[in-house]
Amino acid sequence: MSVLNVEDLRVTYTTKGGDVPAVRGVSFSIDRGEVLGLAGESGCGKSTIAGAILRLHSPGTRIEGKLELEGEDVLSLKPGRLRAVRWTGASIVFQGALHALNPVQKIGDQIQEAIQVHGMATEKEAAVRAGALLEQVGLPPRRKNDYPHELSGGQKQRVMIAMALACSPTLVIADEPTTALDVMVQAQVLQLLRSLQHDLGLAMLFITHDLSVLVDVSDRLAIMYAGKIVEEGKANEVFHAPQHPYTAALAAAFPEIGDTRFRHKPAGLGGDPPDPQLIPSGCPFHPRCARAIDACRTVVPELWDAGADRRAACVHVAGAPSLDSVMS
Amino acid sequence: MKTEPAITAPEIQAPVLPPNKLTPRQLRWARRRRTLGRFWQQFRQSKMGMIGLAILIFYAGVAIFSIFASKGALDPTITTNGPRLAGPSLHYPLGTQIDGISVLSLTIEGARISLFVGLSAALISMLLGTLIGMWAGYKSSVHDAILMRITDVFLVLPWLALAIVLAAMFGQNFWIIIIIIGLTSWAGTARLVRAQVLSVKERTYIERSRALGASDAHVVIKHITPNLMPIIFANTILTIAIAILSESQLSFLGLGDPNAKSWGTLIEEAFNHGALTLHAWWWLMAPSISIVLVVLGFTMVGFAMDEIVNPRIRER
Amino acid sequence: MGTAKYLLGKLGQLFITLVLVLSLAFLLFRVWQPGDPVATWAKASGAKLNAEQLDQIRHEWGLDVPLPRQYVSYMGQMLTFNFGTSTILNPQESVSSMFWSRMAKSAILIVTSTFAAIAIGVLLGIYGGWKRQGKVDQASMGSSMVLYAMPEFVLGMIFILIFAATLHLFPVSLYESPIPKTGVAHWTDVINHMALPWLTLTLAYVGEFYLVMRSSLLDVLGEEYIALARAKGVREKYVLRKHAVPNALLPTITLVALSFGFILSGVITVELVFSYPGVGKLSVDALRQRDFAVLQATFVISVIAVLLANFIADLTYAYLDPRVRRA
Repeated sequence: MSVLNVEDLRVTYTTKGGDVPAVRGVSFSIDRGEVLGLAGESGCGKSTIAGAILRLHSPGTRIEGKLELEGEDVLSLKPGRLRAVRWTGASIVFQGALHALNPVQKIGDQIQEAIQVHGMATEKEAAVRAGALLEQVGLPPRRKNDYPHELSGGQKQRVMIAMALACSPTLVIADEPTTALDVMVQAQVLQLLRSLQHDLGLAMLFITHDLSVLVDVSDRLAIMYAGKIVEEGKANEVFHAPQHPYTAALAAAFPEIGDTRFRHKPAGLGGDPPDPQLIPSGCPFHPRCARAIDACRTVVPELWDAGADRRAACVHVAGAPSLDSVMS
Repeated sequence: MKTEPAITAPEIQAPVLPPNKLTPRQLRWARRRRTLGRFWQQFRQSKMGMIGLAILIFYAGVAIFSIFASKGALDPTITTNGPRLAGPSLHYPLGTQIDGISVLSLTIEGARISLFVGLSAALISMLLGTLIGMWAGYKSSVHDAILMRITDVFLVLPWLALAIVLAAMFGQNFWIIIIIIGLTSWAGTARLVRAQVLSVKERTYIERSRALGASDAHVVIKHITPNLMPIIFANTILTIAIAILSESQLSFLGLGDPNAKSWGTLIEEAFNHGALTLHAWWWLMAPSISIVLVVLGFTMVGFAMDEIVNPRIRER
Repeated sequence: MGTAKYLLGKLGQLFITLVLVLSLAFLLFRVWQPGDPVATWAKASGAKLNAEQLDQIRHEWGLDVPLPRQYVSYMGQMLTFNFGTSTILNPQESVSSMFWSRMAKSAILIVTSTFAAIAIGVLLGIYGGWKRQGKVDQASMGSSMVLYAMPEFVLGMIFILIFAATLHLFPVSLYESPIPKTGVAHWTDVINHMALPWLTLTLAYVGEFYLVMRSSLLDVLGEEYIALARAKGVREKYVLRKHAVPNALLPTITLVALSFGFILSGVITVELVFSYPGVGKLSVDALRQRDFAVLQATFVISVIAVLLANFIADLTYAYLDPRVRRA
């Protein structure tokens, strides 16, 4: 049974300068206990998906497609039911715990709030549970009386994780949880997330631009570019044997120590991701792609078979239809 | 065993620029023109800003007109044989005051005075505030501490109490009023400028510039000031609004220059001649509405500018 | 204890500012003051004194001593509210006694109107910031800007024109009727007279507070912890009450504190318009007659008042923001 089922999700922001299609048809699903890593550069739409799952976007944003959380259609939930599902069905660990915590409220109270809002415990019980949650993420329970400014970046991130677990959700969405931290702390927090996910059997959607992080944490990997998924499959396989040129470039941008490929110079990818309002014709990646051919300018690729349990949106993969048939 | 990557990343080409026919100075000015153009495009979209600008252009026109029209039919110093304290009529669109002088001509004359005093005082305030703010922000902590203490004093001071004393001591000359207002209102600008300088100072290109041996003056002039210009400009517009209000308060208390009657002085005369009890509302309202409109104009333009120069990420 | 340290620090700053201001006052009223205060006073009081007697008074007033010593004793005098004798307005009276009777009247007016302006401005600002872009919000923003642009004495005169002179709902001026009443009637009479000046002062500043609070709330609503609170399933009402407003109040308090100086300046003109017998009106009278002794008192007292108000604002800020309490 899938915890999260997304089909052809499209999210469009409405701004004064016109419509901005941030997500243009994304489909994936996450099973119980499974970790799906979602990677891509800034602006590819991955954080937008995170917000869409709990309908956190402003009223002007258009969300279309199918979004099912534990079988329930999120997009048609009434406000009361939506509020009930938030945090109990799925919770989010935000990035930049710098400003994600209310500066004038004790962190214990902020964790308790999640519990009490859903009527899961009395105030006293909630306080105890908050302390227990802090312990679970490696902080002494007495720190629940501290204010956010009295904690370090890494500690604040742990509080965010503790808060996300407060209502025992089935799905945890981690939106760039380690981006704002320095490397040593990053490693600790990742280790914590991994062990919690394993011990509690959580389903997780792990969003980041750092592909190397995802390989260790995820079971499956989905790579996003310009609002669409361009490759997906088993995490290890996608990273070490990428089928889509973009995935390869992304993987090559995060060298591992000891990997002889990168000994002489790190490989980078020139250019910038496209403006969502000015997406190139055909394959959106073709202006930056080293393997682009004429057809790439006109053919819009879909996720075709690219191997066992692998799909990629590129004309070069095995499962892509022959060019003649597509171009006619 | 690691496999070779499926592809290697494309080489990044160095961009080939067209041969440059423009000098650095011309380039700089071209860039400034472009920035101004962009700013104007954004400003045009602000309804509030455009309305404010319209009001200001109108009153600027009135003020300029008054420079040429002070002789002749609209000369307010000529007492006429007209009706005294008459309400608005065809001949006197804004009525007359106690000496029979047309309120309209007095108001037009007042536009020039009020606007001039407001602009000059704001200029002094802006210069003082910017200098002190920059000095405090850029220099060491001792300078900063002393200057900020002094700034706090002026920030906290009820400016009118000080202004009254200064005016009582140094007279009611037109220029003295300008100086007094300038001297009592610079503190807000100083605080703002200092905060900006502190944040810009930390940026890497400043560090780089100094590593290359740039002098303080060079860093300040070439790097820091350009960053501050937009914010100082927006702040100055709002300062002008406050200066005009301040001048009207001083004049209302009788401290205006009797030879250069600003709107505030007009209101003071009206009030002291009992316009209220005599129901001569036109004498009071013409200068009053003018003050409100002009201050509104500057405030609206200032707010619109502030939104462009200080964009904040806001919800919805 | 972080709070104690913070407050002591603010108290220290207050003291330094006070010393600096009094030094400025010394410059203004002793060093630079035009004319001879003793001679002016003698002329105004009608006393015929010869040079020797004038010198004697000068000695009594401490004016024949070298400046540095004058500075020290001056400080002492100011801090003990010893303002000397009025030189022109009331040559027989000490400035202090002239003062205190009017202080109470001004104080009631200022304190009540400032509180009202803050309360109304903040509440409406929260509402405006939360429900942005309604017709009500645009109208409020517009009227706030108009009120901000209007000099307070103009507002006062408009009220007099409408409510007093035309509709005769309220008296035109003063604190109480010329024929004094007693008991409850006295107080209703006072309230009746205070109504328009109070309304003027309140409306003159409510616009500014409204705009500041609204702007502050809009900034806060864009912060991540607001999105987090919503994601947790908290109802909008509580997101506002427990997360947005407490944070939005902080910069508002700071900005409101900065306007105390302007409020006190505004009081002077409002009292003039309504001939309200408070400290403001006194300073205008002193100004007209160039009675520097009284002007000195009004200057020092108004500065102290603003400093105190700022300190109270600092206290409130410390109460609301744990970051200054537990630095």
